[in-house]
Amino acid sequence: MGASTQSKLAWGFVAVVAILHFDFWLWTDKSLLFGFLPVGLGFQMLISILAGIAWALVIKYAWPGWIEKWAESGEDS
Amino acid sequence: MDLPLLPYLAQARSASPLWVVAGYLGLLLVFSVFSGRVLRRTSSDYFVASRSIGPFLLLMSVFGTTMTAVALVGSTGKAYDRGIGVYGLLASTSGIVHSLVFFLVGIKLWAIGKRHGFVTQIQYFRSRFDSNGIGYLLFPILVGLVIPYLLIGIVGAGAVIKGVTRGMFPDTFDAGAIPPSITGAVVCGVVLCYVLVGGVRAAAWANAAQTIVFMIVGVIAFILISDKLGGMKAASEAVANNESTSELLAREPIGKLQFLTYLFIPLSVGMFPHLFQHWLTARSAKTFRVTVIAHPIFIMVVWAPCVLIGIWAAGHGITAPGGNSNAILAKMVGTLLQSPFLTGLLTAGILAAIMSSLDSQFVCLGTMFTHDIVVHAAGKDRFNDGQKVLLGRGFILLVVLITYLLSLLDPANIFDLAVWCFSGFASLFPLVFASLYWRRVTREGAIACVLVTAITWAILFWIGLLGPAIAGERSSEDFLPGGVMPVTIMFAASTIALVGVSLLTKPMSPKIIEKFFVVQD
Repeated sequence: MGASTQSKLAWGFVAVVAILHFDFWLWTDKSLLFGFLPVGLGFQMLISILAGIAWALVIKYAWPGWIEKWAESGEDS
Repeated sequence: MDLPLLPYLAQARSASPLWVVAGYLGLLLVFSVFSGRVLRRTSSDYFVASRSIGPFLLLMSVFGTTMTAVALVGSTGKAYDRGIGVYGLLASTSGIVHSLVFFLVGIKLWAIGKRHGFVTQIQYFRSRFDSNGIGYLLFPILVGLVIPYLLIGIVGAGAVIKGVTRGMFPDTFDAGAIPPSITGAVVCGVVLCYVLVGGVRAAAWANAAQTIVFMIVGVIAFILISDKLGGMKAASEAVANNESTSELLAREPIGKLQFLTYLFIPLSVGMFPHLFQHWLTARSAKTFRVTVIAHPIFIMVVWAPCVLIGIWAAGHGITAPGGNSNAILAKMVGTLLQSPFLTGLLTAGILAAIMSSLDSQFVCLGTMFTHDIVVHAAGKDRFNDGQKVLLGRGFILLVVLITYLLSLLDPANIFDLAVWCFSGFASLFPLVFASLYWRRVTREGAIACVLVTAITWAILFWIGLLGPAIAGERSSEDFLPGGVMPVTIMFAASTIALVGVSLLTKPMSPKIIEKFFVVQD
């Protein structure tokens, strides 16, 4: 798989997490996961964890490698 | 469930927790003396820590800065009022959007700042749009938006200490609690001490230490409070079994359109001047990596326990003192944890979260005033390094004094005030994004964007919060024109102004564009 495809997939994963964040299907669900965690809150916590994973993938596959060199070669640096 | 709250409150309580808090504040004062001795005395170190901050310190300082009183005090209060939906409104959304902004905007601004030697946001915009005027236009708007942000911290600290000390001084203060006016003065004083001495580097160190303190203490508070409520299961079941609070377990109290349009709010981090300054302190672009990845997880660690504590408080019929839901966390800590040491430690942890935002905001105000107004108007060589730092300190003192006086007016609910403040910054996000990614954006388009943001914000703020507050009609309902968050209207208006005016006016010169846009080989 090429670097460009991997980068697109990483960004695609971010988009999926962002869409899943709008969990309207759980809007009125008052059930408790593990007996204490409201299911809506539990799902949103899962979104936070998935966001961390998604950003790790973006850092790995879509990192702007050129930016450091560009910053260092500046007129005032 | 036996909650001996009333008998506990009825008697004068030990002031021991305050000694723990005083000890913590004393440690920060010692830190200020220490930082004054070891830190480099150059303006570059005072304002951008000589661009040498590493990954761990950047993560902790950026996270500590973005987690204000809203994260602990406001989230608990809002969950108490509206239920678990508050987590999805700001916490999980921020985990996605903040990191997106750090990646797309923060890293690029760091590179531009390093390449061209910028210290402030306004220096960047002046140079990017080749306009002095945009600096003078942005300065009062950014300062004006930072002031409510500072207010959130000062009011939050006051609410916490008032809640925790209730009944401690029955012969001295109303309800036996230390009034917010005293807490505000002490907190501002302590933060000013280490910020005025050590600048942004001291703020970054203090932020890191305070972030560790409030994260650990937050988890401890959660475990102890849930234990006092009979365990997590019993605490949540009490909410479910209480007819008046069971809806807090779902998101019915929050509109779907409101939830959807909350997505705009976290974009505010792209325009926070204090965050811009923290970005510039990074040693390299790679320094951002840990921040981008860990930020959503850290938010979860802080917010989820607070949201649960908020709904548990409602489910157990614990009333917010004076109907002020800002005080609910403090009340839970003060009344359920009957160990003075733990209560003091937890209170110090909450104050740590608040102060870790105030310090960065104080430093950035001084930096902006010194660089964007005084040095810009008087010339680069008019003042030496020492004089620049002194000027920055003077302006910080003035703004803190104004904010402190405003805090005495007992402003709105912390969460709501924060959302208004974030909405203003978020509506300016199109400006920073276009400046980085759209070559066709023009000076006139940028100015139109800023003006339209200021006007729409002022109108909606008046209709939605200030007008009703002055008329004594403070409503518990959120202000949702057409069912959407006000930021939606402001954001749309500022974007239309930016794009429309840019397309109608002459493009920026290619020389300017080349300076800011990277040609990738």
